[in-house]
Amino acid sequence: MALLSENTRLSSTGSYALEMDGVARHFGALVALSDINMKIAAGERRAVLGSNGAGKTTLFNAVTGDFDCTYGRIRFFGEDITTIPAHDRIRRGLRRTYQISQLFDGLTILQSVYLACRGVSRRRFSLLRPRDRDANMEQARSILMAVHLYDDADLQVATLSHGRKRQLEIAFALAGAPRFILFDEPAAGLSPTERRDLVAILGALPSHIGYVIIEHDLDVALRVSEYVSMMHNGRVFKEGTPEEIENDAEVQAIYLGDGHG
Amino acid sequence: MSSIDALRDPNPSGPAFIRHIGAGNVILAVLLILYPAVASDFFLTQIGGYTLIFGMIALSLMLLAGYGGMVSLAQITVVGVAGYSVAIFGENSSDVMGFGWPWWIYVPVAVLFAAIASALIGLIAVRTEGIYTIMITLAVATAAFYFAQQNYTLFNGFPGYAGLRAPEVFGVNWRDPLPFYYLCLGTASICYAAVLYGAQSTFGLTLQATRDNQRRMRAIGYNTTAHKVFAWFLSGAIAGLAGVLLVWFQGRISPGTIGVGAAVNILIIAVIGGLRHPIGPFLGSILVVMMQTFAIDIVGAERFNTLIGLVFLGVVFVSPDGMLGLWEKAKPYLKQNSLRPDP
Repeated sequence: MALLSENTRLSSTGSYALEMDGVARHFGALVALSDINMKIAAGERRAVLGSNGAGKTTLFNAVTGDFDCTYGRIRFFGEDITTIPAHDRIRRGLRRTYQISQLFDGLTILQSVYLACRGVSRRRFSLLRPRDRDANMEQARSILMAVHLYDDADLQVATLSHGRKRQLEIAFALAGAPRFILFDEPAAGLSPTERRDLVAILGALPSHIGYVIIEHDLDVALRVSEYVSMMHNGRVFKEGTPEEIENDAEVQAIYLGDGHG
Repeated sequence: MSSIDALRDPNPSGPAFIRHIGAGNVILAVLLILYPAVASDFFLTQIGGYTLIFGMIALSLMLLAGYGGMVSLAQITVVGVAGYSVAIFGENSSDVMGFGWPWWIYVPVAVLFAAIASALIGLIAVRTEGIYTIMITLAVATAAFYFAQQNYTLFNGFPGYAGLRAPEVFGVNWRDPLPFYYLCLGTASICYAAVLYGAQSTFGLTLQATRDNQRRMRAIGYNTTAHKVFAWFLSGAIAGLAGVLLVWFQGRISPGTIGVGAAVNILIIAVIGGLRHPIGPFLGSILVVMMQTFAIDIVGAERFNTLIGLVFLGVVFVSPDGMLGLWEKAKPYLKQNSLRPDP
């Protein structure tokens, strides 16, 4: 794919989008994450692989502030965001999708994405109804166009199929001006056709927007990433290019051997 | 809660819906404006005025519970803040407090105090969810009741304040049945319209989205706590307006007005009516006020609460969405539009 040849990771100006420095997360006695040191350049596309319980989603939750990390520091484009609230991290350009769709069942698709666009603008609070030509409304429509939901804009979210809900998750991540996106298993439960659409959507992202993608489907993961981090038992135990990871014996034993391949 | 707005969902095309609701509201408004032509003074105030006032209080709860998913038992406390403010800043006949301010100062002050009090209650309550919100607001309501009962310097204790009167403005005595009915109707209509409009405003959508999924709201950049507390503020303003009307109507306020029984009564009105649309609280209010007025004639003074309880159980058993839900169930039989594709 085009992404593989366009190695923005090396062409970046040396600034990192995301730096994790000794990040750990404990749930009581359970160590979900320990000593994560990850540096991801602006514009880099990174895949995080690992079996269930490896700590991938916990890593995302720590970065977005869904919960605090127990130890360590997190920097976002050089700024320490370890202790700032989740919504402030989002306003700084961080975006995420959830493994289990987190949507607004009572709203329509368009209303949902409109709120996402408003949430990162300065006019997020208004007692007026949005006008049809509202800038955020327009942006919401163009995002829906990009994720193939435009024709369903007025459908109630509660009535959507699984595939549409996953597309809406992606739409949330594209709202406003994202600088870096965390995709948590965006392909989970999608049909082969929908997976192809997903790969195309990821490929069409502007090259300055980097992302981390958690993906069990190696076929998707290795096609949309330039670099791969393998996690196991809360630690990163191997990093490399997709080719290196695919051919690594240890990786195959732990990851491919447990039935996900 | 799969839909916000029971009357909107069947038809997603916006303008048609607005025309539709507009027609319904216009008919409703005409009927309510013409109501005094057929109603006696008793029906104007004891039924009409009372229904509108308690409908507004229940509306303030509907805003929080229906759109925000936050069930409060402290709405009557907020009403009490406005009511006691009227007694303290305006005139009363109890020889305690009574600053004698003109109505156009003490009414805004009372409503503002109520809104601020509600926001403060909200500030505590938004840290909790579901049943814990109910418990905390119940604790606030109970504490406020006992405090008002035992404090004489500010609340004049058990007797409370009497001699509270709606003012004369523009040569109209607003205590008289007809003007008072229209005053209640006007205020309730403004609140109802504001909630109806606000539900589709950016803030309204924000509130409903936070109800549906707070975690996602934070993950698209919203400080959900701030938005929720503001919802409590708005709700408090509505309850405060109702509080001013209530003490003008009753002429007095005492701890009994803000007791736990009264707090539960508001929840019953809102639930019987339905929490999915702002008309619900007013429907519930009609039923409860009618029952409280006439149940004594039907089953006698000792059993009227039993009747109210049974009707409440009946409505909730048949339709978890209250009278609004009954309407939704009946609609397919009333209209020939059952061929509409199921959502």
